[in-house]
Amino acid sequence: MQLLNVALPKGRLGEKVYRLLAQAGCPCPSLLEESRRLIFENAEKGVRYFWVKPSDVAIYVERGAADIGVAGKDILQEYRPDVYELSDLGLGRCRMCVAAPRTFRDSMDRTLRVATKFPRIARSYYSALNRDIDIIELHGSIEVAPILGLSDVIVDIVETGATLLENGLELRETILPISARLIANKAGYQFKYDQITQLCRRVDDLRQAERNEAQP
Amino acid sequence: MIIPERSLKNGERAVFRLRELYGQYGYTYYKMSKFEEYDLYVRSKSFLPSEYIPTFTDTDGKLMALKPDVTLSIVKNAQAGGGALEKVYYNENVYRADSGSHGYREIMQAGLECIGQIDLHAMAEVALLAVKSLEAVGGGDCLLNLSHLGVVTGLLEAAGASEPACAALLTAIGEKNAPAIAAICGQWGIEEEYQERLCRIALLRGGPEEVLPPLRAIAANETMAAGLQELTDICGLLGPLARHVCIDLSMVDDARYYSGLILRGFLPGLPRAVLSGGRYDNLLRQMGKDGGAVGFAVYLNLLERYSAEETGCDVDVLLLRGPSASPRRAMAEAEALRAQGLSVRVERAVPKGLKAREIREVV
Repeated sequence: MQLLNVALPKGRLGEKVYRLLAQAGCPCPSLLEESRRLIFENAEKGVRYFWVKPSDVAIYVERGAADIGVAGKDILQEYRPDVYELSDLGLGRCRMCVAAPRTFRDSMDRTLRVATKFPRIARSYYSALNRDIDIIELHGSIEVAPILGLSDVIVDIVETGATLLENGLELRETILPISARLIANKAGYQFKYDQITQLCRRVDDLRQAERNEAQP
Repeated sequence: MIIPERSLKNGERAVFRLRELYGQYGYTYYKMSKFEEYDLYVRSKSFLPSEYIPTFTDTDGKLMALKPDVTLSIVKNAQAGGGALEKVYYNENVYRADSGSHGYREIMQAGLECIGQIDLHAMAEVALLAVKSLEAVGGGDCLLNLSHLGVVTGLLEAAGASEPACAALLTAIGEKNAPAIAAICGQWGIEEEYQERLCRIALLRGGPEEVLPPLRAIAANETMAAGLQELTDICGLLGPLARHVCIDLSMVDDARYYSGLILRGFLPGLPRAVLSGGRYDNLLRQMGKDGGAVGFAVYLNLLERYSAEETGCDVDVLLLRGPSASPRRAMAEAEALRAQGLSVRVERAVPKGLKAREIREVV
């Protein structure tokens, strides 16, 4: 059996994803042990996992270093990697939103200044509305930007809305619902078709069973 | 002089083999200039893989471009007529902006184009040459995926999908993204029956005999049926080489460019398709020419990393000349080793970073 290379996003989401994949028949128990190792292999089950930065998963998969991986819809929408998007794992649910200070009143006669980590998503959202915007690309703590007058609004990921609230911002529009997706390299998919589709089917079945349990 | 294969790089070896192969099928070599008038690309922007084109001003003030594409130049000059086909092959560098590497890249391509009144024979011959090209550059484990745009567009037509719905569905089908297909169908009110067929087509993959007959039973209209029939006929003409063929109807992401048959070739260990092509009648129509065209390109730069057996050594023998060794002696010894087929480098000391299989001394 060929080894299936799986890129996992480092962090809480990655651990949840691993548990799902392990349940689906690809366990690798050493992965959850405390250690600084990044690569874990279970030759018997034909799988190798590695931890990478969540925003890098799509790059590993697109360039074939990983056959499959798990990335948020936000990353896929922003970087548009040339990969197959095989399954919605329903994990890590959140939303891509527009948020603004409670006092902010939008006016169409001015260019809207938008601070974001996701310039492509922001640009395509506003260009569909024919809105002229000025993108300010930041890499973290986006909520600060409108408070200090750097931008009018922000486009960012919102999970519960607590961070927005604590910083005096409010949600204005939802651009896109987000969840973790199982992606595959387009060439790797051809040569490891059975392994990948089987894993996908088992994951989908597990998700379905979960949904059935939730709705008695 | 016969050049031993081991002294060739993967890309060079591939060029020679492909040239030999295409020559055998009567394709003629097409040599073109590195530059092309920018105007050509402005008129045909939608047929280019990227909208960024490197340009410069020629001595007479004309705006020129470094070719981002070969097919456009060939089609522009195509003169097929009277029922005869124009069959050409090329081996050229193209210049494209690469989304990953933030700049222009030089990409070595080989490929062929068949232009004129395209019939089943012409398409099957191109598909056959695609398989043989993959075998020539990669060996027996190659895979040629075939698709036909008519199958998907026929189904979308029958489902009554509007233009924006079609665009969204084509993207989702290209991603094999069943949840997205379901969501888009829901959003645009496409009947469940068609939603199921669209999902099935997106996920479907397998040998022609396994995949095509059951699909013909669910053909929704004539466009779809004709597409499936064409695929069946092409695969039927490939003979034993059809074992390398896999039907994957999700390959529709180039729907603007292609108009029927789509080919994509893979080699194990390479992260993306090494061969890509298909039927592109739209481009001829846009250039005001009659007839159709079919062809493909092989991306030779991908082969750089293709794992042919790596020697891991720069030279077979490093011959070290001692301080008292005569030049004549060193030369004679080196030539004797070369006559045995070994590569030999003569030095006074071991050069930094050089890897030799064996080090000998001449005293």
